[in-house]
Amino acid sequence: MTVGIGVRGRILQILGNAILLVGVFLTIMPFVYMVSASFKPGSELFSIPVRVLPDDLYLGNYELLFGETSFLRWFANSVFVALARTVIAITLSLMAGYAFAKFEFRFKRPLFFLVIATLTLPLYVILVPLFSMMATLGWMDTYWALILPFTAQAIGIFLARQQLLGIPNELLEAARIDGASEWGIFTRIVVPLAQPVIAVMGILFFTASWNDYIWPLIVLTSDEKFTVSLGLPSLIGPYDQEYGAVMAGSFLGTLPIVIIFLIFQRRFIEGIMAGALKG
Amino acid sequence: MAWQLSRNGAVAAASAPAAVLRPARAGRAPGRRAITPYLFLAPFFIVYAIFLLYPVIDAFRLSFNERIGISTPTFVGLENYRTLFEDERYLKALLNTTLYAGASLFILSPLALLLALAVRSFLVPSANLKSFYRIAYFLPNITSFVVIALMFGLVFDANYGLLNAFLEAIGQPTHNWLRSEDLALPSIVLVAIWTFLGINSLYFLAGLQNIPDELSEAAQLDGATRFQVFWTVTLPLLKPTILFVVVQAIIFSYQIFDIPFLMTRGGPSDATLTLAVYLYEIGFQRFDQGYAAAIGYSLAVISILLAGLQLLLFRAFRDD
Repeated sequence: MTVGIGVRGRILQILGNAILLVGVFLTIMPFVYMVSASFKPGSELFSIPVRVLPDDLYLGNYELLFGETSFLRWFANSVFVALARTVIAITLSLMAGYAFAKFEFRFKRPLFFLVIATLTLPLYVILVPLFSMMATLGWMDTYWALILPFTAQAIGIFLARQQLLGIPNELLEAARIDGASEWGIFTRIVVPLAQPVIAVMGILFFTASWNDYIWPLIVLTSDEKFTVSLGLPSLIGPYDQEYGAVMAGSFLGTLPIVIIFLIFQRRFIEGIMAGALKG
Repeated sequence: MAWQLSRNGAVAAASAPAAVLRPARAGRAPGRRAITPYLFLAPFFIVYAIFLLYPVIDAFRLSFNERIGISTPTFVGLENYRTLFEDERYLKALLNTTLYAGASLFILSPLALLLALAVRSFLVPSANLKSFYRIAYFLPNITSFVVIALMFGLVFDANYGLLNAFLEAIGQPTHNWLRSEDLALPSIVLVAIWTFLGINSLYFLAGLQNIPDELSEAAQLDGATRFQVFWTVTLPLLKPTILFVVVQAIIFSYQIFDIPFLMTRGGPSDATLTLAVYLYEIGFQRFDQGYAAAIGYSLAVISILLAGLQLLLFRAFRDD
């Protein structure tokens, strides 16, 4: 395509890329500012004229973050909650997805329809009763409340079923004739063949949990149970406004997801795109 | 929506030999077989019934009751729903959220389409450059709304913000972006566009990849200009993708919470109050649970109507 686009085409190309690069600049800039602000002392962060890059690498914000806030604890909580939620949600989705993909049974269609019908249901519909339920169960301010309610994900069933439809029935029948138990078939044949969709679901559920804000906001009250998402905004109170430390925490809190993204780029994009189906 | 997912490496359809095996399966001990699928379904559906279905029903019941805090609910019929139409703050939130959804429809979606078209066109010749743009514009999507809100809180800060510093440098007037009744909502919209531009153009790119190049090449050979090719070949074939992107963006817009809540708390004077922020305030600060449930259901009705519209239009496109 580069051959024979002519002078006009060449000019358009330069112009087009210039505009696209401005867009990239605008997209990246807030991140640059976040990282840079995390290395600035408050006096420099709130001084005029505003400068993008710090004068020199000030580490006080990080010292404050690790020394005087529970950031490390929040980070550990986020990791624990996200992992637990992800592992359980993947297990439930794969098992049910397998049933929908490879078995005939009564009420199959209505059950599947029920699951799909709740795909676009906004969380806000159930927020109030779910909160009351947590109170009744005595789960307020516990990890249970953060983990369990979000482990039955309709999107997971949808994705798992889609993938598992592709497993040849002969393979399962052969294993049955060889005397394998149904659970054995699931763990030794189905799960290994489901690796791609496991990765997609893993990324989708992990990031959703990592970034969740409103639910921890509602059910958590004690600082030591906070997740990163809930902890960071709590640093900006009416009296303390440690923006430098908040930016340091934002930077560190975003890193795990960025690293997962860089490792699993293709699956990651698939996962996020699948997640949007949820609405 | 299956077309969207089938691209994602998911396998096409059940294999044909299934039919051959079916008689054999029917002949086997039915007792053990019959219960197997239900055992696989049980864990999911137990969690699903407790934490989703029950609250959905409970919220519906609650929306016809008055219940403040932990008081005993009293049945009030349609009172909560009637209040919605008279509650100025609710209507303001509905208006704000609709304006915001409008921006998704009329600004975000066209911009995303333009971006996708540009990245795919001859303007970006090398594959490396294409994937550079894809990744760069995608970055906001791997950032949590909380971090985005905190980050832009600094960008929009009246005295020390990056935006005002930039405006000052080029000799333009500065503004108190988040504290101004006129500018707060546009500021939030700007943040949302920044956040969702990348993912939406990825959807469009996926849709564009499904359109065979031969069609537009044939049209160009017949002497059509680039614009004519776009208007008569690309755009009609892209209709399902456009529909998907637009409806998803609108549904998602109606549920926005984190960004306005953290950046402005819905203020100033409710200028950025959204339905979700209002629901949070009613349900978890005023503990007016019945009314909050009604607000929640009004959101669900909007989502269901939009999803239904999408389904209808999909059918119409397919029958074309």
